[in-house]
Amino acid sequence: MALDVDKIRLDFPALTRQIHGQEIVYLDSAASSQKPESVLQAMDAAYRTSYANVHRGVYQTAEETTAAFEASRAKVARFINARSASEVVFVRNATEAINLVAYSWGRANLKQGDVVVLSLMEHHANIVPWHMLAEERGIELRWIGITDDFRLDLTNLDELLSGARLLAISAMSNVLGTINEIRPLADAAHDHDALILVDACQYVPHLATDVRAWDADFVAFSAHKMLGPSGIGGLWARAELLEGMPPFLGGGEMIRDVRQDGFTTNDLPWKFEAGTPAIVEAIGWGAAIDYLANLGMADVRDHEERLTRYALDALIQNFPTMTIYGPQDASIRGGAISFLFDGIHAHDISQVLDERAVCVRAGHHCAKPLMRHIGVPATSRASLYIYNTESEVDTLIEALAKAEDFFRI
Amino acid sequence: MSSNLEDLYREVILDHYRSPRNRGELPVPPATKTEGFNPLCGDEVAVYLEIDSATDTVRDIKIEGQGCSISQASTSMMSAAVKGKTVDGARQLIRAFKALMSIHEHKLEGEGDGSDLAADLEGVRLGDLEALQGVVKFPVRIKCATLAWNTLQQGLDEAGDSSI
Ligand SMILES: Cc1ncc(COP(=O)(O)O)c(C=O)c1O
Repeated sequence: MALDVDKIRLDFPALTRQIHGQEIVYLDSAASSQKPESVLQAMDAAYRTSYANVHRGVYQTAEETTAAFEASRAKVARFINARSASEVVFVRNATEAINLVAYSWGRANLKQGDVVVLSLMEHHANIVPWHMLAEERGIELRWIGITDDFRLDLTNLDELLSGARLLAISAMSNVLGTINEIRPLADAAHDHDALILVDACQYVPHLATDVRAWDADFVAFSAHKMLGPSGIGGLWARAELLEGMPPFLGGGEMIRDVRQDGFTTNDLPWKFEAGTPAIVEAIGWGAAIDYLANLGMADVRDHEERLTRYALDALIQNFPTMTIYGPQDASIRGGAISFLFDGIHAHDISQVLDERAVCVRAGHHCAKPLMRHIGVPATSRASLYIYNTESEVDTLIEALAKAEDFFRI
Repeated sequence: MSSNLEDLYREVILDHYRSPRNRGELPVPPATKTEGFNPLCGDEVAVYLEIDSATDTVRDIKIEGQGCSISQASTSMMSAAVKGKTVDGARQLIRAFKALMSIHEHKLEGEGDGSDLAADLEGVRLGDLEALQGVVKFPVRIKCATLAWNTLQQGLDEAGDSSI
């Protein structure tokens, strides 16, 4: 069933915000999404009615909080079709999830000369942790290139994967919108005895995710891009891998026993969760997942694909001097649309758009190797989500026409 | 266009943006090349400086790089303003420009009372540069306007070091 966007919009208080006397047109959900009332209420209620630390007290509210916290973990696990909630580690965000893998799995398993394969369309979150390991351990980084139509260039994949230990790759580019088909990549990696880490930060919010159908080994994602609060995210990994990995941070919660001469670690997933976690954020994330699950991810995708097609068509029709950095076929991409007018800087475009209360991102989008590859310092990026409408896209087009007019040399 | 926006994009700014002055490279050495980055937006600038050590003046300056209209215009105006100036004069202009951008060099953000800014501005002729004052109303754009100036400052330091 098609999403009832008018009804959805009523659930998002921040979308009623007026900017310069006009209703906000929020087209930056790829950076972070807005939050529905149900998430705000779940978090508010947690603080007001039943708040305590988790996994510690035996009194009623401590047990309630712990149950709500762990219920959210189960929701996350179900949402991505994990085998068990114990495979979902709560972290701060996708960035921390990838750093956890680099720090724990990477330092335990990678030595000088070992190869990690990335792609040119990675976010810095899936580059810099590997650079750090390269500096520390002398591992080698190899890069999957990009074709002229902004897809992965897989012609030399076998060569790149030969001798590799890990393929770390995003499921959807936050700049190009390109969706990378994970299963064939996982198969290719496994054929070479490499593991695959999927940066699913832009994928999980928008498409039904099945980590087992992917046959992935590690998957990283953030709550704040999928209607949940900032401050919490997930690392999913196969239980056997997590079992074999040394802990990341040390402290309370992650231990089974501590003696003067050492410690033993807790069971999964708590082994990787040192210290008091983001308790209320986890509860809010659970409510966000309920909201998305209730809409149905197939319908979410349907709406976004249709709106993306509408936006691409409108941009191409209205602006012959605009370059769109990403596939033009909406069926193989998500709703993050990067573009640039010949000779006009993305910052200047954004500034004029702000006049019309249109919020788009301008910059390198934390993907500088990609920006270097496509040869621009920055792009504008409009990104679409469940609450965006065709009429908002029309407003974007109007505002862009005005901006182009103003800066045309 | 709102008046704020017109204030930001004054005609003289758009003029420098459309026809930037002193674009190009200088041979290194004798010139020095200093690069600046704005990590926020990815903008890059390279400032080539040729200092005449006998008279301690900026004999020539050239600019490379890409950026938004504010950073391009600010860079262009900067190059025009410091060319032929003494190194001390250029440094004074840097301080004055930062004061114009409400940057309190010697105080924590939000602590300045304005008197330090007034002192840095006193007696300095900013001319066209004053057109950039509108940027102050758009705090995220201040970094665009100051990129070239910070790079110049670094370049003067490096040129000074290498001539010793
Ligand atoms: C593809 C991708 N990976 C990783 C991240 C990092 O996410 P976070 O900042 O939530 O850690 C982002 C966020 O922009 C992203 O788009």
